[in-house]
Amino acid sequence: MTDIPAQKAETERPPALQFLRTHMREYGILFALIAIMVFFQFSTEGILLRPVNLTNLVLQNSYIVIMAVGMLMVIVCGHIDLSVGSVMGFVGALSAVLMVNFGIHYIPAAIICLIVGAAIGAIQGYWIAYWKIPSFIVTLAGMLVFKGSMMVLLKGQSVGPFPNEFRAISSGFIPDFFAGESLHITSLLLGVAVATLLVFLSIRARQKEQKHGVPEEPFFFFVGRNILVAAAIVYLTYLLATARGLPNVFIVMAILIAGYSFIAKQTTIGRRIYAVGGNQKAAKLSGINAERLTFLVFANMGMLAALAGLVFAARLNMATPKAGETFELDVIAAVFIGGASMAGGVGTVVGAVVGAFIMGVMNNGMSIMGIGIDWQQMIKGLVLLAAVIFDVYNKNKAA
Amino acid sequence: MTAILEMKGITKTFPGVNALDNVNLTVEQGEIHALVGENGAGKSTLMKVLSGVYPHGEYEGQIFFEGEEKRFGNIADSERDGIIIIHQELALVPLLSIAENIFLGNERAGRGIIDWSETYRRTEELLKRVSLKESPRTRVTHLGLGKQQLVEIAKALSKEVKLLILDEPTSSLNEKDSQALLDLLVDLKGKGVSSILISHKLNEISQVADRITVLRDGATVSTLDCQKQEISEDDIVRDMVGRSLSDRFPPRQPNIGEPLFEVRNWSAFHPIHSDRQIVKNVNFHVRAGEVVGIAGLMGAGRTELAMSLFGKSYGDKISGEVRLRGKSVDVSSVHKAIKAGICYATEDRKTYGLVLDQSIRGNVPLANLKGIANGIVVDNHQERSVAEQYRSRMSIKSSGIAQKTVNLSGGNQQKVVLSKWLYAGPEVLILDEPTRGIDVGAKYEIYSIINDLAAAGKAIVVISSEMPELLGISDRIYVMNEGAFIGEMPVAEASQEKIMSMILKKGGKAA
Repeated sequence: MTDIPAQKAETERPPALQFLRTHMREYGILFALIAIMVFFQFSTEGILLRPVNLTNLVLQNSYIVIMAVGMLMVIVCGHIDLSVGSVMGFVGALSAVLMVNFGIHYIPAAIICLIVGAAIGAIQGYWIAYWKIPSFIVTLAGMLVFKGSMMVLLKGQSVGPFPNEFRAISSGFIPDFFAGESLHITSLLLGVAVATLLVFLSIRARQKEQKHGVPEEPFFFFVGRNILVAAAIVYLTYLLATARGLPNVFIVMAILIAGYSFIAKQTTIGRRIYAVGGNQKAAKLSGINAERLTFLVFANMGMLAALAGLVFAARLNMATPKAGETFELDVIAAVFIGGASMAGGVGTVVGAVVGAFIMGVMNNGMSIMGIGIDWQQMIKGLVLLAAVIFDVYNKNKAA
Repeated sequence: MTAILEMKGITKTFPGVNALDNVNLTVEQGEIHALVGENGAGKSTLMKVLSGVYPHGEYEGQIFFEGEEKRFGNIADSERDGIIIIHQELALVPLLSIAENIFLGNERAGRGIIDWSETYRRTEELLKRVSLKESPRTRVTHLGLGKQQLVEIAKALSKEVKLLILDEPTSSLNEKDSQALLDLLVDLKGKGVSSILISHKLNEISQVADRITVLRDGATVSTLDCQKQEISEDDIVRDMVGRSLSDRFPPRQPNIGEPLFEVRNWSAFHPIHSDRQIVKNVNFHVRAGEVVGIAGLMGAGRTELAMSLFGKSYGDKISGEVRLRGKSVDVSSVHKAIKAGICYATEDRKTYGLVLDQSIRGNVPLANLKGIANGIVVDNHQERSVAEQYRSRMSIKSSGIAQKTVNLSGGNQQKVVLSKWLYAGPEVLILDEPTRGIDVGAKYEIYSIINDLAAAGKAIVVISSEMPELLGISDRIYVMNEGAFIGEMPVAEASQEKIMSMILKKGGKAA
């Protein structure tokens, strides 16, 4: 067979290089984020990584990150959801009506909002999964329907302000139990703890791998990656700790990222979603209920869009009829920059989050530099295109 | 009479295979020439050489058309000379009208602007010639298959056809439409259009053909003249098959037990044309440790039978009963079928068998994810060891379990598909064309795996279009034709002639 010589050539290459080649995408995106951050750190004369700005960066991008996690699942499953911006805005409006106009306590109101979001996602998912109507069309319709519904709810006006307790989810910070003077000690400790935990977990995983055979990742990469990740976490939490500590929404994001990463990588549900996205026919003939999975993925997306809507409304302290407009495009761009494939079956949660932050850092950095919104749009568009071209190029080279 | 077409010494090789070996074919002016042979005998390849799909230079030998040597570089070249081929899968655009289809790529137009009245006028004429009473404006999707064939022929006539090639034109037509088509061929012959008819239906061939050329294993076996002598269907069948079985199959000691798998009165209908019954009241059984073959031509309904049994993956209005060890089991979804212990390895591994973008490791446990997980959490170590275990057991040649299945050779891909099903722990394994498109060495390995499974007491069903393969690995053979089981025989009593003549004669009568 013709492919045997090619295989031989691959095994003869140094293992480190070969590893880098096959994992180009995962590392590439991380390096890209670092390079972009370094670039803006210099070009903004150090403003980018100032604690206050860093806090801002997290707050500004939280709702995009939250939706990107859900969108990653949708895109891996082989679909697209154009309605998330509108759903987000609609749920934000709903929360304002419930809390401000009807005076409902913020906890039941938030729960109602999440349920409504999940229901919206489920309805769209029903048509997509069981009626085989293209997701592009169903969610395009959803985008229009919920944009309109939001305006109906708000009667064209902004509604606010929200109760302070509710606002805390997006603009509050975790309490400091140690009452540090210039440093938020709890935040810093939390950062150190998480970094330690991550290093511990990856050492244990590697030990397990070693017991059962040769680990895939070269030792050098393993050490380098762990040091880099741990240092980055500690450094960033330190920076945040010198300001007001970790924002509440940062904790929410971290839990979502960790949780969905785990689901995607380490559960049978995750495996099934990747299989359905990779080859739906083969997945179905392997006994996987592709319809139900698709349905659930959209219901989940709706719920996360609702959560993003709550965070966004709380951050603005009001619901406006413009909320969520074009956010779906930022979310989808983040997922594709993060290495997901339009055809489905490929992509990671962490990649999507990094993609969201690449967009976020560029927005933030270019705004600080005083670059106009017109140029910002163009540059972001080109970055999206470049990322996908890089993907395709890599794929062609590998084949 | 003079020859309109002479193909002399045509040889065409693909890497590793001699698809055509010094084939000669002569078609006289104004005759219907039938071309017969088994699946893979080289009929389609020969026609592709003739029509320019394989351009001059990719084959050896000469083609003379109307006395001149021709060197076609592509299909357009051969069409310009009046050689037009109509494939088994029709090449019409369903949502365009009859007139639009007929003049597609050959539009009646001046300076790029279509002359619709001319188009419709010409279409009316052409439809009259093929006796099709439809408006030129009717969309092709509203026509039955028989009428679509006529549209194809009208399209050929619009290009001033001199030699018409029809590849299995009646395979999906009912008797009435088939007859109309054959009558049209005879009618066209009277008007000077010669044709080459490729068909498996010997009764149709003996009805209309003037001469018959038989191909076997890429070589011309004989040319029979129906005018000079009486040709019996047995003569044709004998020429078509008749090759010896060499030791291409691993030895096997069958150890056959109790009936394990039983199918009763199984029927299924076409999912779109719900009045077409694809599987007709099929009954069969497989014993533990037995390998049962299902023989039949392409389109006999074997894959449809298997897929309808496997969680209703094909068809509509499915009825019948499936029994496992004497107990009725529910196979209404793929999940339930797998759970009951029935697995189906597809004939089309790239479309239905593998998630090509994923590794061996990702594909092997796909039908039994519970096996590598605690609850819903995947155990990486377990997953890796399962993949490693099957990689070595099946000797899957790859750089490791992390290699993507898209980069594996056909034989190794097939082994990954088999691994997936073995890991699901089946009792009954239905293998659909398990060795399609893979080389001889890998075939031997797959046969050995099948033998091992049978030795372990599984019930194996093999669907294959390669008759020698069925004869080489089965214990018992069922013959399927046009949706029904028409015969059953132990392998000791089976031969290619017997199976072929059963199919062809029965097929002729039933059609």
